[in-house]
Amino acid sequence: MFANLNLTQLIFGRLTLESIPYHEPILLATFVIVALGGIAFLGSMTYFKLWGPFWRDWMTSIDHKRIGIMYIVLGIIMMLRGVADALLMRAQQALSFGDSVGFLPPHHYDQLFTVHGVIMIFFVAMPFVTGLMNYVVPLQIGARDVAFPFLNNFSFWMTAYGAVLVMISLFVGEFGRTGWLAYPPLSGILASPDVGVDYWIWALQIAGVGTLLSGINLIVTIIKMRAPGMTMMKMPVFTWTALCTNILIVMAFPVLTAVLAMLSLDRYVGTNFFTNDLGGNAMMYVNLIWIWGHPEVYILVLPIFGVFSEVVSTFSGKRLFGYTSMVYATVVITILSYLVWLHHFFTMGSGASVNSFFGITTMIISIPTGAKMFNWLFTMYRGRIRFELPMLWTIAFMITFVIGGMTGVLLAVPAADFVLHNSLFLIAHFHNVIIGGVVFGSLAGITYWFPKAFGFKLERFWGMCSFWLWTIGFYLAFMPLYVLGLMGVTRRLSHFEDPTLQIWFIVAAVGAVMIFLGIVCFVIQIVVSIMRRESLKDVTGDPWNARTLEWSTSSPPPDYNFAFTPKVYELDAWADMKKQGYVRPETGFRAIHMPKNTAAGFAIASFSSACAFGLIWHMWLLVILSFVATLVAVIAHTFNYKRDYYIPADVVAKTEAARTALLASHVH
Amino acid sequence: MIRKLALLSLLPLMALLNGCKLVVLSPSGDIANQESHLLMVATYLMLIIIVPVILLTIFFVWRYRASNEKATYDPEWNHSTGLELIIWGGPLLIVIALGLITWITTHTLDPYRPLDRISEQQPVPADVKPLTVEVVALDWKWLFIYPDLGIATVNELAAPVNVPIRFKITASNVMNSFYIPALAGQIYAMPSMQTKLHAVINEPGQYEGFSANYSGAGFSHMRFKFLGMSQQDFDRWVQAGKSHKNELTREVYLTLEKPSIKDPVQFYGSVAPELFSAVINRCVDSKDMCKSQMAAIDAKGGLGLGGIDALASKPSPYAALFDGNALKKQVVVSQLCTAKEAVLRE
Repeated sequence: MFANLNLTQLIFGRLTLESIPYHEPILLATFVIVALGGIAFLGSMTYFKLWGPFWRDWMTSIDHKRIGIMYIVLGIIMMLRGVADALLMRAQQALSFGDSVGFLPPHHYDQLFTVHGVIMIFFVAMPFVTGLMNYVVPLQIGARDVAFPFLNNFSFWMTAYGAVLVMISLFVGEFGRTGWLAYPPLSGILASPDVGVDYWIWALQIAGVGTLLSGINLIVTIIKMRAPGMTMMKMPVFTWTALCTNILIVMAFPVLTAVLAMLSLDRYVGTNFFTNDLGGNAMMYVNLIWIWGHPEVYILVLPIFGVFSEVVSTFSGKRLFGYTSMVYATVVITILSYLVWLHHFFTMGSGASVNSFFGITTMIISIPTGAKMFNWLFTMYRGRIRFELPMLWTIAFMITFVIGGMTGVLLAVPAADFVLHNSLFLIAHFHNVIIGGVVFGSLAGITYWFPKAFGFKLERFWGMCSFWLWTIGFYLAFMPLYVLGLMGVTRRLSHFEDPTLQIWFIVAAVGAVMIFLGIVCFVIQIVVSIMRRESLKDVTGDPWNARTLEWSTSSPPPDYNFAFTPKVYELDAWADMKKQGYVRPETGFRAIHMPKNTAAGFAIASFSSACAFGLIWHMWLLVILSFVATLVAVIAHTFNYKRDYYIPADVVAKTEAARTALLASHVH
Repeated sequence: MIRKLALLSLLPLMALLNGCKLVVLSPSGDIANQESHLLMVATYLMLIIIVPVILLTIFFVWRYRASNEKATYDPEWNHSTGLELIIWGGPLLIVIALGLITWITTHTLDPYRPLDRISEQQPVPADVKPLTVEVVALDWKWLFIYPDLGIATVNELAAPVNVPIRFKITASNVMNSFYIPALAGQIYAMPSMQTKLHAVINEPGQYEGFSANYSGAGFSHMRFKFLGMSQQDFDRWVQAGKSHKNELTREVYLTLEKPSIKDPVQFYGSVAPELFSAVINRCVDSKDMCKSQMAAIDAKGGLGLGGIDALASKPSPYAALFDGNALKKQVVVSQLCTAKEAVLRE
């Protein structure tokens, strides 16, 4: 056996120089841009001597606030990549008509729509949502951190490494050409023998572990760590939606892990779960992936519903209408989201009764969702609406999302789905709910909690530019797709024959460019706000006159969040405290018990990602070494008993005194 | 003035909408027609809720803006049982109506259900025999076998108007979706499985058909023309097809099956018997065991470990597309008896 052992192959697996796509000009240009950006980043980090603080305060941090911010930064960076892919696709579809083949061959185009979907769902929407939950939930329930702070850091790094693997596939090898859910037999070893699908599998497995652990973490945090007096029905709505979402995560992600494992076994060791021969059944995969995939949609959108609930009641200066029915609606959606997965493939040929069942359960979900919509509506009723940026996003969401909801229910009618399934109508529908819901909501959440996280508000002018470009861009980009869908145009095409379609694709491309400019304005908004942070400063800790506990502490909150654990008597605890004339304690501070930073999360995630990279390229030596290293790191970490420390009482007193001075300096 | 300008700016949009043909909403076959009708009914039903919500949102936002001091401000108001009833009850009623419609139409428009009407006024005549077409989605072209007529075509499908068509659909290697928007809704074409679709075309014409499920490199060109013809034209088309000398034998099929893009229209004057069934059972190559036979053996307890002896491997169907050293072989079960016996046994 060892006689024909090939050392090069043992080390490099199937990675050769030909795997680097240096002959593709688009990729080469992208690589140059990314490399220059990377060098600039690394250079300035070194020049300003930021590596030490970056390592100590961020990479090894177990503070839920910093981890939350890192998730959101990850989401923003990956959004730039995802939207660049979208622009390329829109350009290709606008150009490739008749004799013109556009500029992207199928080999490249098919990777683009695959990677666009994967990035936008797993590495933009998920980090946004997880980041917001991570940052806000402990503050909202009056806790000092999450239940398992180390695990939180580890979860983040697993998610980040998943994104890194996807990014590596751009320059080393290639990504899958299968669509974002990689249905077999197309994703099987026979039709996709190259590394593309393996990158997909391992990026998702790595990120999936992170998501699952973060789900467990937040459930325990919400169940066990609420401030005294905060019963379940006094929890802020955002926390409720976070709880339901994390329950969904914990129940759904193991299915993804299992189905990916089975696909890996098919590809690596020749089992036949999803193959055509030897008794495999590809439709089993389609069922399983959607048993994860449909709850995933609600994993993304439920916390966003929570964001809107907070925003709408804050900026209407009013209690949320129908808190109880809001909570029940959330719980009902959580349960129902498990009973609808088959609506993604009515066209598989299930019997009429099966299709009807799943069609009707899908429609039933629209009832609690509709109830939520009405609750927000009646929260505005008899309010005093301030048109701050988060509120504008919310209004845009309410109008946009109902259109997406309507087309969604249309697709839930099986016989109507037969003519719309897989068409651009479907693409328009899910972008309508994901952009109009998840993205608008993430941006609302980011602008809403930004002053809490950094101590100054986001600047308004560039925010308005971003808002209008996003909103108008969205309608321009996706309304034409509804029309195209009704013209019978299906998705994932890289070339068209019928020239009458072209104008619609051109309009859509213009819309996509506007969305891109909206993202650019958003980035400019952040930069400008940092530059003008003095004039945008929030000294009160409560810049919006909001209602929940996170606004009772300073902006940004101290490491320990609350010097004293708050006591809760009412729903909207902070609004209640303000009404009762709450006086901030200024003496009697005690030492605070806190978890300690650790590099273990980063180390374990690094080793396991190296293992994944080895598995992708069949570098068996690397696989064995990194697997052993992962195990050793995990075991070594269990022997680390120095996990906590105390913030001394005098440090707490000093921090709180500084805040007292700050508050006093601005009393009018 | 501004309003006029706004109207003017809408003109090109209207021209656009007039210029394009929304085939999904104005199809030429009865099934697709009923489906588009259903689409409209469902849309109207939902607009009952959607329109008021959008209008109320805009109205409330405007009415309760902070600068409007005249509007009532009631910061503690947060519950109303009456409103809650409407909030939950209104959508519930719509969903009950839509649910009923869904249950009924899902059954009447079930693609597996034989037609009972040609068009709205016309039931299926008692003496009419449906046209059977066996559809195979290959990489990346469509094979249509007319078992009763003994011909087959690649990338062109024809049918007489007002005659029920019975499609039996499968695929060679990867999943596709068989879709002719003007005729009827789509259904998946899946390897080693069979789906069915019943439909009828009411107006003569040339329509677009394609795969509506991404299936790999040649997917964008996996299109075909569907011709709706008068009975005479169709008979002539069949005769022309029969006059072709090409024979779709199993060997020819195995060559045809290999991945290719933009294949021209082809006719086969005759077709090997039971070819479609062999495609589904993955035993067109007579060296392979048919799935039905495998299932029969397994139903009797299987061959145990001895089954491993029957395993054989052959090159991947996609071998030509990829660099050789990364390729895995396709593992299949070898035939235990002759192909003829297998066919007879079915």
